[in-house]
Amino acid sequence: MTLSVDISHRLGDFAVEARFESAGRLTALFGPSGSGKSTLINLIAGLIRPDKGLISVDGNVLVDTAARIFVPMHKRRIGMVFQDARLFPHMSVAGNLRYGRWFTPASERYAKMDAVVDLLGIGHLLDRRPAKLSGGEKQRVAIGRALLASPKLLLMDEPLASLDEARKAEILPYIERLRDETKIPIVYVSHSVAEVARLASDVVVLSQGKVAAAGPTEAIMQRLDLLPAEERGEGGAVLDTKVLRHDEVFGMTVLASQAGEIRVPKLARAAGAPVRIRIRARDVMVAVERPAGLSALNILPGTIVSMKPGEGPEVEIGIDCRGATVVARITEQSRLALGLKLGSQVFAVVKTVSFDRANTGGGLPAEADV
Amino acid sequence: MNWLLDLTPDEWNAVRLSIRVATVAMIASLPPGILIALLLARGRFWGKTLLNGLVHLPLILPPVVTGYLLLLTFGRRGPAGAFLAEHFGIIFSFRWTGAALACGVMGFPLMVRAIRLSIEAVDRRIEAAAGTLGANPLWVFATITLPLILPGLIAGAILSFAKAMGEFGATITFVSNIPNETQTLPSAIYTFTQVPGGDEGALRLTLISIVISMVALIASEVLARRVGRRMDIE
Repeated sequence: MTLSVDISHRLGDFAVEARFESAGRLTALFGPSGSGKSTLINLIAGLIRPDKGLISVDGNVLVDTAARIFVPMHKRRIGMVFQDARLFPHMSVAGNLRYGRWFTPASERYAKMDAVVDLLGIGHLLDRRPAKLSGGEKQRVAIGRALLASPKLLLMDEPLASLDEARKAEILPYIERLRDETKIPIVYVSHSVAEVARLASDVVVLSQGKVAAAGPTEAIMQRLDLLPAEERGEGGAVLDTKVLRHDEVFGMTVLASQAGEIRVPKLARAAGAPVRIRIRARDVMVAVERPAGLSALNILPGTIVSMKPGEGPEVEIGIDCRGATVVARITEQSRLALGLKLGSQVFAVVKTVSFDRANTGGGLPAEADV
Repeated sequence: MNWLLDLTPDEWNAVRLSIRVATVAMIASLPPGILIALLLARGRFWGKTLLNGLVHLPLILPPVVTGYLLLLTFGRRGPAGAFLAEHFGIIFSFRWTGAALACGVMGFPLMVRAIRLSIEAVDRRIEAAAGTLGANPLWVFATITLPLILPGLIAGAILSFAKAMGEFGATITFVSNIPNETQTLPSAIYTFTQVPGGDEGALRLTLISIVISMVALIASEVLARRVGRRMDIE
C-alpha cells in the first residue's frame, strides 16, 4: 500500500500544507496538538474537502482538486477509529459491528466477524449497549466496527488519547496484533512518543501544518529536535530486540540487540519474542573508557557519529553501536571535559532500571498487575 | 351516570370525525414536518429566516385569519384549491379533508419545533462515523438520524394530534360547521352552547375531549419513555 498526500488546506488562520508518501505497515502522523495531524487524517477520510491538492491510495485517486475529483467518504472504503469511539447509541455492540457490512460488496468482504471479535476480545460484549461499556471496551468495539467494513486503509485518530494509562495498556496490545496479524495498512495519529515508538513502522512529523520530517521510526525518534518540547525527554533510540533469556535470580531479562546485550527488568515475554525498546536520550551516560566500579549494567561500545547542540546547556550525541544508533543527551561541560568529538570511541551506559513499561513495548507488567 | 355515556348519533359522529381528522392531520404533517425541520436545523440557504417565520405564522396569527387564508388559497376558487380539484380530484372546501388540512396547518409549527430541537441534539460526528463505514447520506439518515430523533418525532406527532383535537377557529372559518362532515368536537360543543338545553350535550363532549386528550398524552409519555430506554443514550 502506498498512501500519497499532497494537499493544502486553510481553516481560518491555520493552514495545512502537507506532502508525504508512506508505504509503511503503520504510519504515525506525529506532532503536538494544533500541528494539523487530525485535519490531515480527516482529509484522507473524506470528512473534509481540501482547498487544493491530491490524495491517492495505491494509485486510486481519492481527491484531485485539479481534475475536480472528490470521492465521497462513504465510497472510499477507508475505516476510521475516532478518539471518542462514536458508537451508535441505539444499536447493540453486535449491531455496531455489523453496520459496515451492509455497505461492503460481498466480494470485497474479507473481515470475518468471529476473527475480529476474537482479535479484539469483545465476544462477551456483543449484546450490550454502548452506554454500558467502559472507555477501553468502547474503543475496542470501535476498532472492530471499522475493521468489519473490510477497509482498504485504517485511520486511527488518537484512539488512546481520552483513556487513562491502564486503559491504554489494555488496548495497545490489540493495536499491535492488528498491525502484525492483519494486512490492513494503518495510519495512526498521535502526539505521544511512547505510542509512536512502540507501534509505528514509519513516522511523519508534523509541525504547524507542515511536514517537518518523514521516515522510519528508528531514524525519526533519534531526532530530538523534531519532538514537541513537552515530549522531548521521551525521545531517544528505538531498537528492535529479541528476548535472549531470563535471569530468574535477579529478576531481569536479557535482550539481544544489534548494539549488544541489553539487560532490562524482567519482561512477561517468552524467549525469542520480539521486543521493541526505546532508550531515552536522557537515560544514556557517555564514558570514554570502559567504566569499572559502576552500578549500571548496560555498557555498549560505539563511535560518535553526530553531535548537535540541544536545549540550553545540552548536546545531543549520536553513538553508532555496531550499526544501531544510540542517542545521549549530556551537558556541553561534560562533552568538553571528556574531549568528545566526531569519531571518538566511547561507551554508552544505560541503567537497567531506566526501563519501564512505557519503553519496553508493554512487556513489563503494569504496576497494578504486580 | 347514564346520560354521560348515552351519546346521540350526531355526537358519536363528532367524536369519530375529530379522531379521524386529528389522525390524518398528524400523519400527513409528518413527512413535510421532518423535511422542514431538517432544513431549519441544518440547511444554510437564503430565506431561512423567512421560512422559519412562515412555519410559525399559524402560531401567532388569529386562527380565524389562518382559516380565511386557507379559504382563499384552498377554497373552490382559490388557486391551489382549483388546481388540486381539477388535476387530482382533491377537494378541501366544506369537506372533512379541509378540516384535516386546517388542523394540520395549525399544529405544524408545534410539530416542526419539536422535531427541529431533536435534530439539533443529534451528534453529527456519529453520522460522520456511519459515513466512513460506507453509508451514503440517505442511509445515514434512515439508520442513524431517524432512530435518534424518534423521541422528538413522537413528541411532535402528539403535539400536532392534540392541537388538531382542539382546533376550532381555523376549521370553522375554512370548512364551516356541517354535522357529519366538518363538525369536529369543538364545533359540536360550540353548537350545543348556542342552543337552549344544549348544556348536557356540551358537558358530555367536553368530558370526552378531556379523556381523549389525556389518553393521547399518557400514550406519548409511555411511548417516549420506552424508546428512550431502548436507546440508552449516554
